[in-house]
Amino acid sequence: MIESKEVFTAFQQYRGDAIVSVQGTSGKHWADVTTNPNRDISLGGAMGQSTSAIFGLALGLPDEKVVHFDTEGALLMNLGAIASIAGKSPKNFVHFLLDNGCYATTGGQPVPNSEDIDYAAMAAGAGYSATYNFDDLEELATSLEQIMNEDGPVFVAIKVPAEVENLPIGMRERRVTRSRTQTINDLRSELKIS
Amino acid sequence: MVDQQVEILRPETLIEEFKKIGVTHIITIPDSETNYLYELMEQQDWLDVVPVSREGESMSVALGLNVAGKVPVVLIQNTGMMEAGDSIRGMALDTGFPLLMVVGYRGWTRKGATPDSAAVYTEPFLNAFRLNYYLVEHDADGPRISEAFEETQKTKRPVVVLVGDEYHGFNR
Repeated sequence: MIESKEVFTAFQQYRGDAIVSVQGTSGKHWADVTTNPNRDISLGGAMGQSTSAIFGLALGLPDEKVVHFDTEGALLMNLGAIASIAGKSPKNFVHFLLDNGCYATTGGQPVPNSEDIDYAAMAAGAGYSATYNFDDLEELATSLEQIMNEDGPVFVAIKVPAEVENLPIGMRERRVTRSRTQTINDLRSELKIS
Repeated sequence: MVDQQVEILRPETLIEEFKKIGVTHIITIPDSETNYLYELMEQQDWLDVVPVSREGESMSVALGLNVAGKVPVVLIQNTGMMEAGDSIRGMALDTGFPLLMVVGYRGWTRKGATPDSAAVYTEPFLNAFRLNYYLVEHDADGPRISEAFEETQKTKRPVVVLVGDEYHGFNR
């Protein structure tokens, strides 16, 4: 397994000007790593739907690299999205999956078949251009340059440890500093979209 | 014969309306009743058709395209719209997204009575979500699509066009 923060630290070196979206409890570490928050976007808000929203963003911005850090719980709620993505085959889309095997935000209950499921195989079967599985940081780090430079859609499944949160939601540490609307407005301003 | 033709909603009418309001993308799930419309949309070089796997995806893909400065329209059936309630809430209503949703009104009859529960629950569903809607049954109603689009822009909310003729002109 690879700590989520280590994934983000390794990725940051190859980010370039990519637009980045993160999800879930693992995604909270991105805030400590990003150096270009105006190109960070949050389009969550309905169960499993951020993947589809970021896919739409990639379709609308074909000249921008668009990277989504998904979670397996969210993806399972909207699994047909991988067929939709592969169907349009956006070359600029990189789809990471931080797989902690459970619903960490609700207490760590396992997702269905968490031990044996192979998300990269599912993405390959759906028709992604390239797919990867990683559970070793060095292997991931040495592959990121290629991943970020190849034609998408690319799918990268990474095993990460669960960071289970059991405190009542109101008592949890908040990492979000900008609202969804603010991230949209900041990105549009950055890209000069009216 | 002439009267019958007047009552038909031609797919070309929807295409003309989409072009008039500057639509760039149609996010849709094809169904057998709208096959000719689907083929016609695919032929338009100014329009990109984005097929999705389940209706809940359509509002989300549309939101991403909207953020990118495009003008997406969702084209689905009422059955799928009801399945997509959480996406309508979280990805359209909560974001203040001026989204035009064109929804096939399966089971619609002018008589009011219908054996199809998809039609029975369609308008109560829209009312529960406080979504305004327009009914389009034939070509003369076409301008209601532009009206609905203008309403999305003014209110920054999703607005629905219910297509009440999906069993005639759409499927040649």
